[in-house]
Amino acid sequence: MRISPKHSQRIAVTVMWAIAGLTLAVLAFIISYILWHGLRHITWTFLTEPPQSMGREGGVLPMIVGTLWVTGLAVLIAAPVGIAAAIYLTEYTREGRMTAIIRFGADCLAGIPSIIFGLFGFVFFVITLGMGFSILSGALTLALMVLPTIIRTSEEAIRAVPKSYRDVSFGLGSTRWQMVTWVVLRSALPGICTGVVLSIGRSISETAAVMLTAGSAMGFPHSIFESSRTLSLHFYILSREGISMSNAYATASVLILSILGINLFAYWLMRRFVAKAV
Amino acid sequence: MKYKIQTSSLNLHYGSFHALKDVFIRIRPRMITAIIGPSGCGKSTLLRCFNRMNERTAGVQIRGHILLDGQDISQTGNDLTQLRKRVGMVFQRPNPFPLSVFDNVAYGLRVHAMKKGAAVGKAVEAALRATDLWDAMKDNLHRSALELSAEQQQRLCISRLVAVEPEVLLMDEPCSALDPIATEHVEELMRVLAEKYTIIIVTHNMQQAARVSQETGFMLLGELVEFGQTERVFTNPADKRTEDYVTGRYG
Repeated sequence: MRISPKHSQRIAVTVMWAIAGLTLAVLAFIISYILWHGLRHITWTFLTEPPQSMGREGGVLPMIVGTLWVTGLAVLIAAPVGIAAAIYLTEYTREGRMTAIIRFGADCLAGIPSIIFGLFGFVFFVITLGMGFSILSGALTLALMVLPTIIRTSEEAIRAVPKSYRDVSFGLGSTRWQMVTWVVLRSALPGICTGVVLSIGRSISETAAVMLTAGSAMGFPHSIFESSRTLSLHFYILSREGISMSNAYATASVLILSILGINLFAYWLMRRFVAKAV
Repeated sequence: MKYKIQTSSLNLHYGSFHALKDVFIRIRPRMITAIIGPSGCGKSTLLRCFNRMNERTAGVQIRGHILLDGQDISQTGNDLTQLRKRVGMVFQRPNPFPLSVFDNVAYGLRVHAMKKGAAVGKAVEAALRATDLWDAMKDNLHRSALELSAEQQQRLCISRLVAVEPEVLLMDEPCSALDPIATEHVEELMRVLAEKYTIIIVTHNMQQAARVSQETGFMLLGELVEFGQTERVFTNPADKRTEDYVTGRYG
């Protein structure tokens, strides 16, 4: 028996709506479940005080600061390197064996589990280079981890810049560097920002890699050479060791809300820039 | 120097494809030279030789000489900046940068660090006046160039070029994306510009070549079949193939 086109259309639409709805529902359920359990424990004290008795009491201020340090530093290191690599791959080389190898390497790097990055960071930065458990070790490790994302998204964004812009720029006698900085990067910026925002999200939520590199000290970090516990790791330890489920949920809520805030801010920034450029 | 651009036994290969065959052409200064011919005859390729744009494409090999004011342009080595400042190009599709009108025109000035401060504004105004855009644009200098009409965009692209004070303007089918009225306007502009610049226009529109140019070259399969005064080429072609083309027997 054949289904009429009208019916198959209706079935397809229904199924796709259901799937999309299910995806959204799962997301909404997870977020609201955590916020439901967490929000009521978030008080002013929780946000502005250091933890007491292993996190059973007190707040998470050092973790917030540590998270900002580790994530900020990681992206500050990875973004210039990644964008530079993308510019090299797209503008400064012809497609060939070399670019294929670099791209393959970046893709492999993207597929490595974060705990492996953590192990590498622990062996290389913490021990071999003698950085110890520190914000710097953690940030460098996370930078390596998000580098492929930044390279590939920047590469796509740069590739999407119309060839005609390059023709015109060269036609007017510009150097390659002038063309890249004045025309290509400008047009590719929204796409590049997307990659950076994705990387921020990944860095904030990363747990395994920072546990082995940034350590889990609960004190307030005074420099990037000190160990610091990030929010995600704090959440992991609180729940894993059964210290305080309510504070774990509260920490998770802070984490979720800050990721949401960063994403909204980044999109706002991006739209503002795009509106200005065009 | 009698000729602005002169080539001798110019050959170009794309890989194994022989795209230009022993082209010998002499372009007179401050007039419009048209290059006509069917698609794929090599006319755009020839045009792109004059500012060495072909060399961006992989697998291109060029032999022979191209003289600009008597000097071989291949001798500038890899520094194409100066050559392209002297020999500018207008492309088929209007292609302003996604920047403001002002920044588009100022782009070349900044590339060559030609002007500073207020002089940039003056030069932008002069370039926009040269293409008759100034009155329409003077209050819209900071609007995005992408919001302009196709004709205005193409005029803007010409302004952007004129701003760097070139000597030769290469135009690769500059009107093919424009409607007939806009085409007429751009042709009028070309006539005005020809008083100052040497213009070479590639077009598959024979009427256009007949209307605007003083000299015409007809190309077929990579060969420059005929070259001479436009009127002569169209009314009394020396070569049978030219006659067949201009009378519309193929193309």
